[in-house]
Amino acid sequence: MKLKSLLVGLGLLAGTTMVQAEDPLKIGFVYVGPVGDLGWSYEHDMGRKGLEEYFGDKVKTTYVENVPEGADAERVITQLAKAGNDFIFTTSFGFMNPTVKAAKRFPNVTFEHATGYKQSKNLGTYTLRTYEGRYISGVTAGMMTETDTIGYIGSFPIPEVIRDINAVYMGAKSVNPDIKIKIVWANTWYDPGKETDAANALMDQGVDVLIQHTDSPAPLIAAEKRGLRGIGQASDQSKFAPEAHIFSVRDDWAPYYIKQTKAVMNGTWEPKDFWGGFQDDMLTLASINPNLPTDVRAKIDATQAMIKSGEFKPFTGPIKDNKGNLVVPEGHTLTDVELAQVSWYVEGITDEIPR
Amino acid sequence: MDSDLIIQILFAAIKTGTPLLFIALGELICEKSGVLNLGQEGMMLMGAVVGFLAAYSTGNAGLGVIAAIIMGSIMSLIFAFLVLHVGANQVATGLALTIFGTGLSAFVGSSVVGQTIEGFKPIALPLLSDIPFIGRILFQHDILVYSSFMMAFILMFVVNKTRIGLTLKAVGENPHAANAIGIKVLRVRYLAVMFGGVMAGLSGAYMSLVYTPMWVENMTAGRGWIALALVVFASWRVGRIMLGAYLFGLASIMHLVLQGLGWSISPNLLAMLPYVATVVVMVIISADKFKEKLLAPRSLGKPFDPRQMA
Repeated sequence: MKLKSLLVGLGLLAGTTMVQAEDPLKIGFVYVGPVGDLGWSYEHDMGRKGLEEYFGDKVKTTYVENVPEGADAERVITQLAKAGNDFIFTTSFGFMNPTVKAAKRFPNVTFEHATGYKQSKNLGTYTLRTYEGRYISGVTAGMMTETDTIGYIGSFPIPEVIRDINAVYMGAKSVNPDIKIKIVWANTWYDPGKETDAANALMDQGVDVLIQHTDSPAPLIAAEKRGLRGIGQASDQSKFAPEAHIFSVRDDWAPYYIKQTKAVMNGTWEPKDFWGGFQDDMLTLASINPNLPTDVRAKIDATQAMIKSGEFKPFTGPIKDNKGNLVVPEGHTLTDVELAQVSWYVEGITDEIPR
Repeated sequence: MDSDLIIQILFAAIKTGTPLLFIALGELICEKSGVLNLGQEGMMLMGAVVGFLAAYSTGNAGLGVIAAIIMGSIMSLIFAFLVLHVGANQVATGLALTIFGTGLSAFVGSSVVGQTIEGFKPIALPLLSDIPFIGRILFQHDILVYSSFMMAFILMFVVNKTRIGLTLKAVGENPHAANAIGIKVLRVRYLAVMFGGVMAGLSGAYMSLVYTPMWVENMTAGRGWIALALVVFASWRVGRIMLGAYLFGLASIMHLVLQGLGWSISPNLLAMLPYVATVVVMVIISADKFKEKLLAPRSLGKPFDPRQMA
């Protein structure tokens, strides 16, 4: 709620200074997937639309979708900067170095890079505390599984994903001491075919609840076909799998995009590393399935409330990694900087992180 | 690995290989006639989106398949007209067709993104599906998988044992000689290209109606390109295409299966396998100049103008 009041305050401020503005602020977005992925990129685009709705003709937004991570990204970002955009959001981890380079080349343009960790004087970063949603997913999956085996479809072994796998496992373990997690790396953010294959490979091996870090609803559809369960990623994916869908952890970027745009308009923007979660209303549980048992539903609500109030933080010590080292000492909660560098699996995950 | 898991892996390999089989068979016939169509991916995407649109609006997946086939053949006719009539460069036209199809399918499909349909249900064939091991791998699929089996066997027969097959080969090997003995070269090529379009449409329909029963942009994810590699891998033989499609299917799921089992092999390395296999086959084929000539249709990619002498 703190953020809301901050937003209102900023809004009043923006209202007074922006009345005379003539040229709209031009804002560019770079997406890794299609806006129709109904996952990650779709939600960023919803955030962009929220921004347009909020500011009306004071902003002019453009987006480029389906941008591959790598050299192409640099070209796209450069083009957006050259096209006169004042503020550019790049929304995938792999856009980090291209964004850093572009920020150097265009010192008068403000950049924000999602899920990265490199800042400079005109480049900020922002991300979601997705691990909060994952923890709740883990708790739920741990209660729902009958085979004591849950599956995780990973995208790429980067800190964000590894952190989330740990959160799922810790959540599941907290309610089910026998829990096993099987992890499969699809090496893509978005490929419905490959995600289906990954989902089936996991379900073939006894997994009955799927959690995914890839963006298409394909794994949920695969679970629906086999009468098993899954949790939606990034946006509300309930309609793809009315029976299988447990809930979706939905990303909501609009509050952040509005806040930062105001800062740029007011000249108060500063490069920061912002993390938004349930407390900031940037993460929500969407379409919790009414077919869940009541005790599971109660546990979901309770866990969510604890996280939302800040009473519980998943990465609080003592936590050991799966090689026996104490990675989070007792009484310590990982800071955002530390969270961004998680490169270990917690004790109990028998897999190795691919190098 | 227990036998249940092996069965499930092989079952999945067949499902994964089916879209590849469809589209590679189409490309094979097209290339046999001497036309190289790099527009596979575009035709497949158009087939997928139109098939989905039709199935979504009528609620009938069968109509979706028919619509996809029609769309695939329309796309291929555009290609055929450009390269056979106008004499446009096959490689450039094919690439253009892919780019066109990718863009147009995204545009056409934007209204149904996020919708789902009832796809085809699997049908366990009576008796056959009771055969131990094999039955569960081969005979518990949906109707499109069965038609891909049938299509492969029909083509195996037609290409190798019939007059039609010989005509096709003659046109692909030496169109001028074929022309001289009265074969209508352009007509044969038109039909071959259209067949390629039909199969690409079917392959697209399989993707959007069965494999992942939804439409999302670019959902074929490069399968059209893999099919091109597959045709080379199979050295232009129908039987080998079938084998190759399932091998590619297997290779593309194997790295996921092994990860789930906890093997610590780099998934990137495993995901690379089908492509490595293609390169290896290419190298083996190209190492022997004589063999290379024997395998690829000799006039592949070359335009034919009946007014010109060889």
